[in-house]
Amino acid sequence: MEKASAGMWRKIDSRYNLVGSMCERCGTKYFPQRAICRNCGKDTKMLHRKMSGRGTVYSHSEIRVPAEAFKESAPYTVGIIELEEGPKVEGHIIDNGKKVEIGTKVKTAFRKMYTDGEEGLIHYHFKFIPE
Amino acid sequence: MRDVAIIGIGLTRFGERWEHSLRDLMAEAGLSALTDAGINGKDVEALYAGIMASGRFVGQEHIAALLADQLGFDNIPATRVENACASGGTALRQGYIAVASGIHDIVAVGGVEKMTDVTTSEATTALGGAGDQEWELNQGITFPGLYALMARRHMHEYGTTVEQMAAVAVKNHLNATKNKYAQFRKEITIDEVLNSKPVADPLKILDCSPLSDGAAAVILAPLDIARKYTDTPVKILASTQATDTLCLAERGSITGLKATAVAGEKAYKASGLKPGDIDVAEVHDCFTIAEILAMEDLGFFKKGAAAKAISEGETALNARLSVNTSGGLKGCGHPVGATGVKQAVEITMQLRGEAEGRQVSGAEIGMTHNVGGSGATAVVHILERTN
Repeated sequence: MEKASAGMWRKIDSRYNLVGSMCERCGTKYFPQRAICRNCGKDTKMLHRKMSGRGTVYSHSEIRVPAEAFKESAPYTVGIIELEEGPKVEGHIIDNGKKVEIGTKVKTAFRKMYTDGEEGLIHYHFKFIPE
Repeated sequence: MRDVAIIGIGLTRFGERWEHSLRDLMAEAGLSALTDAGINGKDVEALYAGIMASGRFVGQEHIAALLADQLGFDNIPATRVENACASGGTALRQGYIAVASGIHDIVAVGGVEKMTDVTTSEATTALGGAGDQEWELNQGITFPGLYALMARRHMHEYGTTVEQMAAVAVKNHLNATKNKYAQFRKEITIDEVLNSKPVADPLKILDCSPLSDGAAAVILAPLDIARKYTDTPVKILASTQATDTLCLAERGSITGLKATAVAGEKAYKASGLKPGDIDVAEVHDCFTIAEILAMEDLGFFKKGAAAKAISEGETALNARLSVNTSGGLKGCGHPVGATGVKQAVEITMQLRGEAEGRQVSGAEIGMTHNVGGSGATAVVHILERTN
């Protein structure tokens, strides 16, 4: 899946710094960021909130048949992580030989995600590792 | 609002149709629907076509106008509808609205997909677009992976087992053996499902609907003139639709699809019916766990009770409620854009009493349930026999 580089070099706070949103009125936290609060609609202000990156495994799966970009990495483990601030997020889980199950405590680590072919860009993203 | 009826149906055989192009498939289903309704293409006033990813699968966009031309329609308005795997069901609802509103009388609704001309990994990438590109697909989470995450959580919260999930595939394959349009006319066993190739743990390949080619079409008309065309019009009692977050992680619960529950409640309210009134249902079993979720979300079983009920045969052909008599997405095949329309074709056959070896005896009321992605869209229709 070859892509122009611009989209990957943009400084997207959610993607690279774990910055989510919090509604000023109801206090609900969101990750990734969103412009409009689901509870309050548009008549409130959304503040930036950095997430700690710590959380617990809410669900998980080992992917054996991957999409094109991840052909070289399969099999690999993915999951939904419930962050300690409340929002849930999906991502890779690097198990390092430890058993991953619902409730396993994890933290984020910045890792290589995939490469656009042999000479293409290397894409990075946060992944989760058991604590 | 006017009452709307289905006056014609058409379907191709689903499967690897390498000898036919996308337009051939749509022409085959469209021609058979026109013939069934006893009309000519010149009688059709508008076309709504459900297609998810023809650009990815065969490189062709702008497909509604192409199909209108190929079907011999007369410079009519033709509109492509894309709502991932719910494209067909959504197209049907758009056709329903066009007739109910009084804007058009005779409307054609088509659904088509040609998926087997690309490699499995290309198809996996294309289908992944039904989820959240940035926060799911880009994380390496495939479409089966999303349903695997739901299955794992459902197992955790309700004790659902892989054997119970396998029972969905076994039932739907058995139904498919009685359907000449089905991709897999072959019985399978629980052990075969459990021992099949892992795709996204806990789901194996036999928990997953296949990649398929195929097309389906229906012709709609106002109920008050429907008998001019057919002795067996099928009335649309409800046509409802709902949405949810595209990204699975952003939902409060992943052991049910809220969009299904909302669309289902609206459909019961619109028709004045309750789950116990439904005789036959085609539900969106893109994965075995999805049929379990659908049975619970549509109110047929209490939360956490469907897996056991299905494995004990309560939704087998002519049991308490007949579910996925066509074979469902699992056994009949899942050309994504066609599926929502095919469900309406199957229920129409059942209500007309034309379902041959898989006829539900005395079927009066049927339901279709079509899901887009991991549940960001759900479309429900309730249909009634009128003769």
